[in-house]
Amino acid sequence: MKIDWLVKLQYFLQTMAFCLSISAIQFAFQPGRPYELPLVYSVCIGACTWAIIDFGRHLLASAIETGWPQGASRLFLPVAGIIGGYFFGTLAGDWWFGWSSWSTEGRSQLPVSILITALAGVAGTYFFYSRTKSSYLETKMSEARRHASEAKLKLLETQLEPHMLFNTLANLRVLIGTDAQRAQTMLDHMIAYLRATLSASRASTHALQAEFDRLRDYLELMAVRMGPRLRYTLDLPADLAAQPVPALLLQPLVENAIKHGLEPKVEGGDITVRAQRAGPSLLLQVIDTGVGLSNDGTAGSGFGLAQVRERLAATYENHASIEIVAEDSVGTAVRIMIPMRK
Amino acid sequence: MKPPLRPTALIAEDEPLLAAALQGELARAWPELEVLAIVGDGASAVRLALAHKPDVLFFDIRMPGQSGLEAAAELADAWTLQADGGSAFPALVFVTAYDQYAVQAFEAQAMDYLLKPVQASRLQKTVAKLQQVLAGRRQDALPPGAPALDTGLHRTLAQLRQLLGASGGAVAAAPLSVIQASVGNTIHMVPLHEVVYLEAADKYVRVLTPEREYLIRTPLKDLLPQLDDRQFWQVHRATVVRAQAIEVINRDEAGKLWLQLHGRSEKLAVSRLYAHLFKAM
Repeated sequence: MKIDWLVKLQYFLQTMAFCLSISAIQFAFQPGRPYELPLVYSVCIGACTWAIIDFGRHLLASAIETGWPQGASRLFLPVAGIIGGYFFGTLAGDWWFGWSSWSTEGRSQLPVSILITALAGVAGTYFFYSRTKSSYLETKMSEARRHASEAKLKLLETQLEPHMLFNTLANLRVLIGTDAQRAQTMLDHMIAYLRATLSASRASTHALQAEFDRLRDYLELMAVRMGPRLRYTLDLPADLAAQPVPALLLQPLVENAIKHGLEPKVEGGDITVRAQRAGPSLLLQVIDTGVGLSNDGTAGSGFGLAQVRERLAATYENHASIEIVAEDSVGTAVRIMIPMRK
Repeated sequence: MKPPLRPTALIAEDEPLLAAALQGELARAWPELEVLAIVGDGASAVRLALAHKPDVLFFDIRMPGQSGLEAAAELADAWTLQADGGSAFPALVFVTAYDQYAVQAFEAQAMDYLLKPVQASRLQKTVAKLQQVLAGRRQDALPPGAPALDTGLHRTLAQLRQLLGASGGAVAAAPLSVIQASVGNTIHMVPLHEVVYLEAADKYVRVLTPEREYLIRTPLKDLLPQLDDRQFWQVHRATVVRAQAIEVINRDEAGKLWLQLHGRSEKLAVSRLYAHLFKAM
C-alpha cells in the first residue's frame, strides 16, 4: 500500500485547524475557564480520531480503489475512529494536565465533551469523505474521457490508414495524367468515402442501401489500386434496402477481407457482401476467397472485429450474433445476424 | 570489356497503375534505361531478376506473398557472385507509399528509396545517384582478371540484415525457456537447451531435438524475439540454430556455408545474409 505523506500532512493540518476552531468556540461559550483546557483536549482527540480513520482506511481492502471503505465498514470506521479518538485523546489530555477525567470530580465535563467529539467527528469525517470521493470521481472521469478519445483516434486511424490514403492518392495522380474521366470517378468515390468515414457517428444508423453505397465507394477505390486482383459483388435485395443498420458496421469487415485475405494473396480473389432474409432476422455476410485468417502472416490487432462486436452488442444487446468461418486457402466468411425491422 | 549497353531495370509493384506510372516517369528521367519487366509480387521479382540480371531494381515494400525486403534478401542469397563469373548485384531502390518506420530505417542505412506518388524532381536525384553507381561499376570492371570484390552485394547484405532486423516485431517479448509442443492430446515441454534447431515449414515451425521432431504453430518471426540471440542464431530466412549445437561449418565449391550439427545428421544451409556470423576467430 502506497501512502502519500504530503496528502497525509495536509489532512493532519486541516484536522488541527478544525480542532483549533472548535476549542475557540468552546472558549467563547465558557470564557471563565482557561483556554488551554479546550485547546489541549480538542487537539488530542482530533489528532487521535484523524489518525485512526485516515490510517485505518488503508488497512481495509475495500478502500483500495476508491480511497474510502465500502459496505459495513464505511460506517464502522468513523464510529470506531470517534470512540477510539475520544478515549485515547482524553487520556493524552489527562496526561498533559496530570489529572483524570474519569475520576469523580472530572466526570461532570464528560457529557459535554462526548457531545462535542461526536458532532465534530461526524462533521470532520464527512468533510474528508466527500473530498476523497470527489477526487476519486474526478480521476475516474478524466480516465474515461481519455479512453473515449483514444478509442476515437484509433478508429479514425484504422479507417484513414495512411498507407491506404497515400497509395490511393498516388493512383489518382497517375490517372489524372492518363485517364481524366476515371480520375474524376475515383475522386468522387474517395470524397464519398472520406465524408462517410469522418462524419459517421458510432451511435447513428442508416439504411442498408447507404451502407452498401459506402462499401461500393471503398471497394471501387481498392479496385483501381489492385486492378484485376480484386473482384467484388455487392448483393442487396431491393426489399431489404431500407432496413436500418449501424452506420459503417460492415466497413471494418470488408477492410479485413482485403487486408488479411486478398492483399497477401498473389493472385488476388473475390469479395462478396450479401444481405438476405433469414426467418425473422437479417443475415449480412462478408465472404472473401483470400488466404484465410490464420494464414495471412499479418495478424492484425483484432481492432476491427472487436469494434463490430462492440457495436452489435450496444445496438441489439444479445439479439445479434456474429460468426467467423475461416478456412486456410479457401477464405474467410463473416456472418452477422441482426433483428429485422418490420 | 563490355560494350556500353543500355542500363536495364526491373520493377516490382503490385498496383498496376503505379507500376506503369513509375515506368513512365523513368522514361522521362532516364531515357536510356530499359525496363526489362514489371512484376506484381516478390517471388516473380526474384525469379526474373535472376534470369535477366538487371542493373537496377525498383521494389515496392508491400507486395502480396513476399515483401520487397524479403524478396531482396532472397535475391541476394541466390545471386551468383562476381568471383564466380556472375555480374554485379543490382542497385536496389525501395518504393513505398507510407511506412514511417521503413523510411527511418532506410535513412539510417543510407538505402535508396522513393515515396509514392513518385515526384519527378525526387526521381531525378535517385536517377543521378544510380547513374553514378553504374558508372563507378564500369570503371571497377576495367582491369581484366582483377579479383571482383562484390562490394555492392556485401553492402546490400549488411543493409538488408539491418532492415529485416528492424522490421521484425520490435516488441521485446519475455524470454522463452521451454517450447510447448502438442502431440495428439499431450503437450510436450521441450527445454530450449535440448533444441538443435528450429525450421519454418509452411504453416508450422519444426522444433528439432537430437531424438525427435515437434511441430508448433507459432510463426518463427513471433518466436525469434523470445529467443536469446546469443544462444540462437538465425542462419537462414527459415532456420534458427542453437549456436552450441553447431559442430563444424563447411564451405562448398560454390562458396556456400553448411552447418554440421551435434545430434542431427542433416546439414543446414547458411544464407548469405547471415554468413558474417561464421568467421574464424
